[in-house]
Amino acid sequence: MTAALRFDPIRLPEKCEQLRKEVRAFLAEEIAAGTFDPHKPNREDTDVPEFSRKVGAKGWLGMTWPKQYGGHERSFLERYVVTEEMRVANAPTRRFFVADRQSGPVLLKYAPEHIKMDILPRICRGEVCFAIGMSEPNSGSDLFAAKTRATKTDGGYLINGTKIWTSSAHIADYMIAIFRTSPSTKENRRHGLTQFLVKMKQPGIQVNPISQITGQKEFNEVVFTDFFVPDDHVLGEIDGAWKQATSELAYERSGPERFLETYYVLTELVRAVGNNPDTRSAEGIGRLVAQVHTMRRMSVSVAGMLQAGKEPVVEASIVKDIGTVWEQQLPHRVRDLAAFVEETATNRETLEKQLDFAIKTAPKLTIQGGTTEVLRGIIARGLGLR
Amino acid sequence: MAESDNIVAETAEKIFADLADAQTINRDTKGEWKAPLWQALTEAGLPLSWVSEDCGGSGASLAEGFSVLSAAGRFAIAVPLAETMLAGWLLSQGKIASPDGEMTVVPASPKDKITLNADGSLSGKARSVPFAKAAKHFAVLASDAKGSVSIALVDAAKCRIEAGLGLGGDDSDTVTLDKVQPAELKPAPKGFDQTRLMLMGGVARSLQIAGALESLLEISVRYSNERVAFEKKISKFQAVQHNLARLAGESAAALAAATSAADAVANTKEFNDEVFLEAAAAKIRCAEAAEKGGGIAHQVHGAIGFTSEHILHRYSLRALAWRDDFGSESYWAVELGKLVCDRGADELWPLVASR
Ligand SMILES: Cc1cc2nc3c(=O)[nH]c(=O)nc-3n(C[C@H](O)[C@H](O)[C@H](O)COP(=O)(O)OP(=O)(O)OC[C@H]3O[C@@H](n4cnc5c(N)ncnc54)[C@H](O)[C@@H]3O)c2cc1C
Repeated sequence: MTAALRFDPIRLPEKCEQLRKEVRAFLAEEIAAGTFDPHKPNREDTDVPEFSRKVGAKGWLGMTWPKQYGGHERSFLERYVVTEEMRVANAPTRRFFVADRQSGPVLLKYAPEHIKMDILPRICRGEVCFAIGMSEPNSGSDLFAAKTRATKTDGGYLINGTKIWTSSAHIADYMIAIFRTSPSTKENRRHGLTQFLVKMKQPGIQVNPISQITGQKEFNEVVFTDFFVPDDHVLGEIDGAWKQATSELAYERSGPERFLETYYVLTELVRAVGNNPDTRSAEGIGRLVAQVHTMRRMSVSVAGMLQAGKEPVVEASIVKDIGTVWEQQLPHRVRDLAAFVEETATNRETLEKQLDFAIKTAPKLTIQGGTTEVLRGIIARGLGLR
Repeated sequence: MAESDNIVAETAEKIFADLADAQTINRDTKGEWKAPLWQALTEAGLPLSWVSEDCGGSGASLAEGFSVLSAAGRFAIAVPLAETMLAGWLLSQGKIASPDGEMTVVPASPKDKITLNADGSLSGKARSVPFAKAAKHFAVLASDAKGSVSIALVDAAKCRIEAGLGLGGDDSDTVTLDKVQPAELKPAPKGFDQTRLMLMGGVARSLQIAGALESLLEISVRYSNERVAFEKKISKFQAVQHNLARLAGESAAALAAATSAADAVANTKEFNDEVFLEAAAAKIRCAEAAEKGGGIAHQVHGAIGFTSEHILHRYSLRALAWRDDFGSESYWAVELGKLVCDRGADELWPLVASR
């Protein structure tokens, strides 16, 4: 077989179930205290800094990182449980999620020691927000067409150009971005990009929020004008960011956030249908539950591979591909079934509001973090087709 | 479990590769390959994998037997191996020893019921029973007027069998029991019912479907790297690559669902809602994968894959046919949906997260 796919039935160990109870209890307390509303999907405009700090205080940020940097040396599977419980409860994770999932691991691998000692413990305490600066106006899928320049100057680099679609840049303290340090070569068009740590809220950097079809302003245009980045903020190899960026994306691709973003509508549908469903509703719900269960088993399986130190690039891409297509279809399938819900169902209004929001969010799900088409290219490569 | 990670599965793989190669089978219109294959499987003790040694079986674990079924799916095996394994398993639930030879389970659909009459005889009709015509004995699950469940060993010769052919070209027959006296009859263990039998059969079929999809992916990838059109291999066309990536996704989903359910069933002490979720979800998701994935495999092959000469249909049609045995995906979706609604909205996530 060209690419033997394996999705072993990894089971979460007992300590994960213990942890799950703690997370649920914490979330219930926060909901009771009014910190966030679980019936409101993870609205990007509900930025709740205190919540981040409380999650950090619980020890649920940087869970897998070394203790010397404030981490907790726990397993990917434990982190998995925390992520999915937060997601399902619609907790406001936006402020810390990118740092925890992606930026922290990049710093751990590529940042100089003094920067790790400075920033990582603060991420673990839930004090800092990160943004990812990859896309540019003329390079989204084609990451290697990025043009924003980093020009060498005394003690560092001067940045000129524009990043776009940068989630959370308006609240972020840092951005990890790729900039062009030299032209690409004939032999390697991916050559010439370097990864930098950018401190936001400095002169020379302007963040312009962009309104989305949901009405939120969650992503941004970020304009750099002679913006200075010191030498020790270079992450990894000069001109070699393409290797780093692709491995970073593996973390971004298979987690529970990749199939649970619209999950809340399914819960509300079950509530509206009540405990004596007609055949059509029962069948529709049964299929959706079978699908989410399968997605989750695949996602847990990939978490198990990460835990075992493997690099499941193809498997992670498969999970993101079918997971995001699924979460995109889910609100539409729920809408089909909701047409038969009693007018008097107690939560009908909540369900309708949620459906409106979920249907509006759905189009982005197969675009952010690498489009479906690009992912299928990666899978095809894994199958030996390219 | 997808690969042969135990000796039982390895033995099965080797026998299938030697005696049930799809090309050989496809060329042999008289079915002469069947007898040597069955003999080799029997000599290796595989049909009675799930029967303890003191009852005449080979006493393999549930997990080992499940990986034999994955392999059987990868080879689209068309002899009653899964059926005999299931029958042996059912009989041993009633502490009934298994006889030699081909067997199958009756009923094979959740809608069919077999009744145990007051005089100890059995009556009822079971449709679409896989390999009934080929079987020497049936393992029958019946219930009496009060609803108590019994397991019976029945001589196939005592039943009326109307031959039928399933979508995949395998026997799928109607079995009528008209006051048939069983060779042996025992009460089923506490809590054992027809749902359990159907779910066990469903997990077996899920593994077979997932195995068939693995093969569909493999032969489709291979074909796309061979076939040239517009002066290049069709694997170089992005549209074809994306179709194959989707097929890989469906194959992966089926594999994940089926192996997870098999693992759940193999390690369960109590057949609760969680195991129900695993088994029902596997049958639902694997059936959906068979439809989507099988469609893509055919698309990639173009017309050649539509010929009876080509081996593609051995996998694709069987994967589609297996959807119907032991309850279709729509049937299980309704049952799962009812269970979820009955537990209520706030218990949905705890159920999903319990696995
Ligand atoms: C909500 C949201 C948040 C985002 N957050 C961030 C962020 O924080 N940081 C960041 O850097 N980016 C972010 N992005 C940007 C995202 O990564 C890009 O949108 C994505 O990579 C696609 O790039 P594009 O929008 O330029 O589309 P294009 O690259 O122009 O693609 C348009 C269409 O063409 C298809 N296409 C392009 N090339 C090919 C090809 N070779 N083969 C087949 N099809 C192709 C694409 O799949 C897509 O369907 C975000 C996007 C969204 C929607």
